[in-house]
Amino acid sequence: MDRAAIIGVGMTKIEKRKIRQTFADMAWEAVNKALTDAGMTMDDIDNVVTTSSDFWDGRTISCMAVGDASGAAHKNISCVEGDGTYGAFYGMTRALSGSYRTTLVTGHTKGSESVSSLITNAAFDPIYERSLGMDMITACAMQARSYMHRTKTTSEQLALVSVKNHGNALKNPLAQLPLNLTVSDVLASEMVADPLHKLDCSPVSDGCAAVIIAHESVAAKFRQKPVWVRGVSFCADSFFFGDRDLSRAGSLAQAAKKAYAMAGIHDPKKEIDVAEVSDAFTYQELLWLEEMGLADDAAAGKQLERGDFNLDGPLPVNASGGLLSGHPVIAAGLYSMAAVVRQIRGDAGGFQVKKAKTGLVQGVNGLGGQSHCVWILDKDK
Amino acid sequence: MSDQFQGIEPMVYQSQINVPYSWWAGDTATRFFVTLRDEKKITATKCGDCGKVLLPPRKICPRCFTENMEWVNVSDEGTLLTFAVARRPFAAIPADKKVPVIWGLIQLDGADTALLHYLDGVRPEEVSIGMRVRAVYAEARKGTIRDISHFKPVK
Amino acid sequence: MAKRVAIVGTGQTFHKSHRPDVNGQELIHEAVARALSDADLKLKDIDAIVIGNMDHFEGINYVDCWSVDGSGGTMKPIIKLTTGGTTGCTVAIGGYHLVASGMFDRVLIIGWEKNSESDTTGAITTAFDPIWDRLVFAGAISGLAAEAQAYMARYGATDRDGARVSVRDRKHAMNNPHAQLRKEVSLEEVLASPMLADPIHLLDVCPRSDGACAVIMASEEVAEKICPTPDWIWGTAARHSYSYLGDADYGRLTSMREGSQELWKKAGIKEPRKELDVIEMYQPYSFGGLIWIEDMGLVGPGEAPRYIWDGNTDMGGELPINPSGGVISCNPIGATGLIRCAEAAMQVMGKAEGRQVPDVNFAFSSGFGGCWWTDMILHGKKKPA
Ligand SMILES: [Zn+2]
Repeated sequence: MDRAAIIGVGMTKIEKRKIRQTFADMAWEAVNKALTDAGMTMDDIDNVVTTSSDFWDGRTISCMAVGDASGAAHKNISCVEGDGTYGAFYGMTRALSGSYRTTLVTGHTKGSESVSSLITNAAFDPIYERSLGMDMITACAMQARSYMHRTKTTSEQLALVSVKNHGNALKNPLAQLPLNLTVSDVLASEMVADPLHKLDCSPVSDGCAAVIIAHESVAAKFRQKPVWVRGVSFCADSFFFGDRDLSRAGSLAQAAKKAYAMAGIHDPKKEIDVAEVSDAFTYQELLWLEEMGLADDAAAGKQLERGDFNLDGPLPVNASGGLLSGHPVIAAGLYSMAAVVRQIRGDAGGFQVKKAKTGLVQGVNGLGGQSHCVWILDKDK
Repeated sequence: MSDQFQGIEPMVYQSQINVPYSWWAGDTATRFFVTLRDEKKITATKCGDCGKVLLPPRKICPRCFTENMEWVNVSDEGTLLTFAVARRPFAAIPADKKVPVIWGLIQLDGADTALLHYLDGVRPEEVSIGMRVRAVYAEARKGTIRDISHFKPVK
Repeated sequence: MAKRVAIVGTGQTFHKSHRPDVNGQELIHEAVARALSDADLKLKDIDAIVIGNMDHFEGINYVDCWSVDGSGGTMKPIIKLTTGGTTGCTVAIGGYHLVASGMFDRVLIIGWEKNSESDTTGAITTAFDPIWDRLVFAGAISGLAAEAQAYMARYGATDRDGARVSVRDRKHAMNNPHAQLRKEVSLEEVLASPMLADPIHLLDVCPRSDGACAVIMASEEVAEKICPTPDWIWGTAARHSYSYLGDADYGRLTSMREGSQELWKKAGIKEPRKELDVIEMYQPYSFGGLIWIEDMGLVGPGEAPRYIWDGNTDMGGELPINPSGGVISCNPIGATGLIRCAEAAMQVMGKAEGRQVPDVNFAFSSGFGGCWWTDMILHGKKKPA
C-alpha cells in the first residue's frame, strides 16, 4: 500500500456561539488557514471531502452549505456524515486510490443552532427506544455508571479528567473553555445526569477544522514536514445498548488493535508519545484509554491521579484541552487530529509536549461510543 | 471599518425540521407489540443458529446474519445492568415525565440481551446495579414500547 | 500502488411504494443478503461497509450505527456517505476508493430509503439555504420544472419530447421484476396526466419508493476469484458546485458536462455515443433524459429529441438508456444511484436477464441530486490499463 501524510491543518477558534459566521464562513476560514499552513493554494488541491450532519445542521444535504466555501467548485467532492476522523479516513483513501494526490477534508458543526438533546435522541431506534426520551447525555450517564461499577473508578477520578483538560486548554488559544478548576469545583457543579456533573460534560460548541492529506509522491512538495499516517482503522459495535457490554468498548479495542498492527506497534504504552482522545464526557477518556491498551484495565483513574496523562507525564492525553474544552461534534475528530499533527511537527505552542514522535488520534460515532476510528500518526514514514 | 453589529442583534432565522414521520415497525416488531398490548407478555426471538435470545426481538441475528428465529416468552422480571438519572429536564424527555427520570438497562430472565426502559416507584438513591426489577404494564396500551409503563424493584 | 477495482456481486429489494412488513434494518438486510448470495460470499468475507441514505427521509441520526443489524456492520468498519439524491452513486464511488487505496479487499456498499416514512417534499425543502432560499422553494419539482422550461425555450423542444422519454423508460420497466411501476403508457397518456409544474406531467416524474440496494466491490487480487466476469470500474467523477438557487445554469447540467468530460479523458473515450454500450442514468424526470445526454456529449445541444425519437436509446437501439426502467419506474432515493450502478454492473457481467443489452463493453451509471449535482461511474468488461 502507498503511504499518506497530513501536510496542513487549519481550525477556527472553538466558540460557544459564532453569530458572525455561517457554516460557509467557518469553512472558508478553516480551509484558508489549512492552505496557508501547508503552503498551498486551492489549485494544489485535487479533491475535497466535507464532513457534516444533516441533523446537527437542520438541513437535508448539509454538505451543500460548505462545498463551494471549501473550494470544491469544478473539483471532485464527496461528503462523510459522522466524526471528522471518518471524513479524514475517506479523504485518505481518495489520496491513495490513484485518482487524486491531495485531499482537503473539512468538518463543521454549530451546536449553538440546534437542541442537542433532540438531535441525539434521534439516534435512538424509533420503534423500540426513542419515545423513552433518552439523549446523548443520559445514554453516556448510563455508560459511565456501568464503567464505574465494573472498574471502581470514582467520581473524583472522573473530575480529575475535567481538571486536567480544562487546565491544558489554558495553553490553547483555540479552546473554548480554558478553566482553572479543582476536583471540588467539578463535583460541586450541577448534577445533570447521575453520575455526570455539568463539568463532566463537554460544552455546546461551534467550529470548523480542515486537514490536507497527501499521497507520498507529493507529501514533501509543500511547506510543512509531512506527518505520516502509520496506521488507521475503524470499527462499529452492536447498536442496541443491551447487545453490548456497556462498560467496555469492544469496537474500540478492535480498531486500536488493527491500527497498531498496521503501524507495526507492539507496545502502545511505550510507543505512543501523545494522544488526543474523545473526551466528550470525563469517563470516556479513561475508558477509551483502557480499551486502546494505553492504560491498564480498570486502572486509568489511578494512573491519572499519578499524573501519567498530564502535559508533562509519560503519555500526555488531550494536551490541547480535548473536547471537554470545546466540542464542535462533527469537527471534533479533525481538531484532535490537527492537535496531534502540531505536536509531532513541534509547533503546538503552549501545549507542546516534550516527546512527540508518534501520536494517536481517536474519534467516535454514535451513542456511547458505538463506533470508533483510531489513527497512528508519526514523524517518520 | 465600523462594526455592523454594534448595538444590534444579528439576524437569526428561526426554523425547525418538522417532517411528520411514520416508522413502520415491520412484521417482527409488530408481533412483539401486539403480544405486549393484548396479552401483557414480553416476547423475544431466539436465533436457531447461535441460540441467543434477543430482546428487542430481531428478524435477523446480527451475529449469525441469518433469518432463523423462533418466538419465545421471556420473564417480566430481570436484573438491572446499569442506569442513568436525568436531573435536568432535557428536551428529549416526554412531557409526562418529571425529573428525576431514571432509565435502566434491564436483562430479563430468559433473554441474552437487555432492554432499555424506565425505572420508577423508586428514588434514585435506592437504585443499584444488580437489583431485581419487574415490568409494570400501562393501563391503556397502544402497541408501543410504553405499553410497559416502567420497571419497579422487586421487594 | 493503487489497485484496480471490480464489482463482483449486486442485490436489490423488490422496490415498492410501501413496505410496512419490514423496518429499515430489515429492508437493508434483504438487499445485503441478495448481494452476498450473488457473489457467493459470507458476511465474514466483507472487510468494510459503506452506507448512505438521506437523514430526513427516515429521521434517523447516525444511520451507519443504527443499521448494523441489517447491514452486517457489527464489529466491522462502517462509514456513512451522504450527498442527497446523488448518495447512491456517492457510496459506490466511496467503495471504489476504499478498495483502490489498498485498505480493504472486499467492500459492501449499501444505499437505501424508506420514502414512505416521511413527508418527502417537506424534507427536501430543508435542503435549501434557510435564510435565502427555503421560504420560496418547495421540494424538487419546481427546480426541475425551471430546468425544463429553460431548455425548451433555448432549443425549441416540446412536452411531447419529454413524454417520449417517459414512454421509453416505462416500457423498459416491463422487463425488470425489481421495478416498482411496471405499466406501459402511451404518449397521449403522459400528456393527459395531471400537470404538476409546467411542463412536467405526473407521468413525467418518478414515484416515491421503499427500497435498498447492495453492491460488493473487490480488489483485483480477489475479484476474478469471486466472479469470473466482474464489472471493472474504469473511473468515477462527481461535481457538486453551487450553493444558492440562482447559481445554476438552468437548461444545462454543468455537473454532467464537467464530470463526463473528465471520465472520458480518464478512460480514453473519444466518442461516447459510439463507445458506450448502455447507460443507466439517475433521471428522475423525463426532460432530464433529453438535456443531460447532450451534456454527456452523446449528441449536440438541442439534438437529443431527434436522437430519442429515432429509437436510438430504446432496447435494441444504438445506445439503450435505462433498460431497468430507470428512476421514473422506481425511486428509493438513497438507493437510486446505487441501483443504477448495480444495473450497469449486471449489464457488463451479463446478468441482466430480461433487460440484458447484448455485448456490453462499456456501461455508464450516474447519480443526480443536491442542486444539479451529478456523480458518475464508467464500468467496463475489460480490466483497465
Ligand atoms: Zn445467531
